[in-house]
Amino acid sequence: MMLTPWGLKLINSAPLDQLWPRIRRSLSDRLFKQRTLLLLILLGPPLMWLGIVYLGSLFALLAQSLFYIDEFSGMVVHEFSLRTLRELFTATNVDIVARTVTMAGAVTVFAAVVAFPLAYYMARYSGPRVKALFYLAVMLPLWSSYLVRVYAWKLILAHEGIIRWTFEHLGMARVLDSILAIPVLGGPSLSVSYIGMFLVFLYIWLPFMILPIQASIERVPTSLLDASADLGAHPAQTFRRVILPLVFPGIVAGSIFTFSLTLGDYIIPGIIGSSRLFIGQAVYLHQGTAGNIPLAAAFSIVPIVIMAAYLTLARRLGAFDAL
Amino acid sequence: MSSAVTLDRISQHFESVVAVDGISLDVDSGEFFSLLGPSGSGKTTCLRLVAGFDQPTAGRVLIGGEDVTAHPPYRRAVNTVFQDYALFPHMTVRDNISYALMVRGVTDSERRRRTAEMLELVQLSGMENRRPAQLSGGQRQRVALARALINAPPVLLLDEPLGALDLKLRQQMQIELKALQRQLGITFIYVTHDQEEALSMSDRLAVFKNGRVEQTGSPQSVYDKPQTAFVAGFVGNANILSAEQAGRLGMPRRETALRPEKIHLHIDARTVPQGAVKCSGRLLASQFLGINTRFEVEVSSGLVLDVVRQNALEQVVPSAEGEVTLAWRLDDAHPLGAQID
Repeated sequence: MMLTPWGLKLINSAPLDQLWPRIRRSLSDRLFKQRTLLLLILLGPPLMWLGIVYLGSLFALLAQSLFYIDEFSGMVVHEFSLRTLRELFTATNVDIVARTVTMAGAVTVFAAVVAFPLAYYMARYSGPRVKALFYLAVMLPLWSSYLVRVYAWKLILAHEGIIRWTFEHLGMARVLDSILAIPVLGGPSLSVSYIGMFLVFLYIWLPFMILPIQASIERVPTSLLDASADLGAHPAQTFRRVILPLVFPGIVAGSIFTFSLTLGDYIIPGIIGSSRLFIGQAVYLHQGTAGNIPLAAAFSIVPIVIMAAYLTLARRLGAFDAL
Repeated sequence: MSSAVTLDRISQHFESVVAVDGISLDVDSGEFFSLLGPSGSGKTTCLRLVAGFDQPTAGRVLIGGEDVTAHPPYRRAVNTVFQDYALFPHMTVRDNISYALMVRGVTDSERRRRTAEMLELVQLSGMENRRPAQLSGGQRQRVALARALINAPPVLLLDEPLGALDLKLRQQMQIELKALQRQLGITFIYVTHDQEEALSMSDRLAVFKNGRVEQTGSPQSVYDKPQTAFVAGFVGNANILSAEQAGRLGMPRRETALRPEKIHLHIDARTVPQGAVKCSGRLLASQFLGINTRFEVEVSSGLVLDVVRQNALEQVVPSAEGEVTLAWRLDDAHPLGAQID
């Protein structure tokens, strides 16, 4: 490197502590002018993570569903085949899917019904302190262990649990028994019935429904409600014509959480309810003890396809129009 | 004339804040009535009490002679144009305008016919399938107007409807609104903080301050005969002289309002007409405003008067710091606190 005496002098005369601010300034200028470079630096690491590590391994898993397992040796045969995917459509496996989707659907609908009034109160009527209290009450369960909460529910729902105890002391044990006598949904006790499982799912995922609905209710200006009433709409009409359509995206957002979380969960069906399988359990079983990775992979495609169909439907219904 | 809306000693308290403090008003039917005041003076609260969005803490609201204090908004014969327009964002222009008919179960064909009429009235034909987000501010304003008018309410409430529009559009809409009101013969109750707007459009107006009505009357009477210093200063500009200052200038010893445009500025004291109140002063500053020029003149010991003079070509422009003579007719100085006769 050739330096003129003049240039050399300049560099030598600049104290070291002035060099760093100068580099920093030129870097800032460079990034300010070249937005693409800045974007690349900001988005590069998360995209690498999401794109390669996460999506890559997901596709690697899904690709497994195109292999199949040799029935005699129990070894995975790495050859392209639709055999495993076809296996999803056997009566047992369709049952598993139908059971899971029905549960996810029921949990979602009831979560929305339960969450809406609460979210509405939080958004419209509660003062700042009461609202903070509600936030706390909604979020607090999320701070404790999921497993602990599910096992707590198992005790609550058990034959010796507080629910049965309460019904008995109110002299209403028969009511509970007749509920449990409902075919399919009932069972010997709440903790081994679909009703019990439903209650636990509802409890566990409720916060994920309340928060998006509450946020979307808060975004509806009160002047729209005033305007609706002013134009002669009764409260029920205002609800149906103004509030519901505008809050619908929030309900859909919440339902995406409750629906997909229920679809993929394998812990609650393992602890509460009967021994009949749900999708998550099937995945767990096939990739673990059965060593049938291709079938486990095929099962994990099911929630993805269902969610894709669900989002398409929601879009058709105009759930994202108001976004 | 029968009264369209009557407020009978209404008060509205929000916790410890008194938004409206015992106001009584009578709005005649077919009248353009403005509620004028600075923000927080209770004018919008009054409008909301008429619409029924809020319940008064005390007092009664009468619409068309009927006590509707306990009625919810959907059972009151008034419609409202909101400050932010409050158009339903998920509906088309047509659905917005026909909303009032839809909730009453009017048939589809009837709805279409009347919506088309309203669109024509507000000159928005051809826009029926757009969403509010696709409209300009002025167009949204018209949709809000059409939506509120489709039920042909006897009383229309307007809450600063032109506040969000730029000056040119606002002036045009002022003319259109006034014309529309005459054409339909509907009572308008119009909330505004813009005194020019209130003066130019209203048949009568009420000036609000701190939850009370300071003065009610025609624009001219409020402007020419303000009863309080606040009204004099808020409706137009005014020099407010204390009783003592008025006395020193040779006027009756009472608090007095003096409009800047009523004061004549003379360079030569000999041109002052006989019988005028006059005083000499020192010119402090002048401001050229195009149509006129504003002067600040210090007369005797610390009293500074605002003077406004129409600009004309042959006028002599007084020099800064120069001696000038101010003169006005005694009739043009308005003593405050007097009852209007």
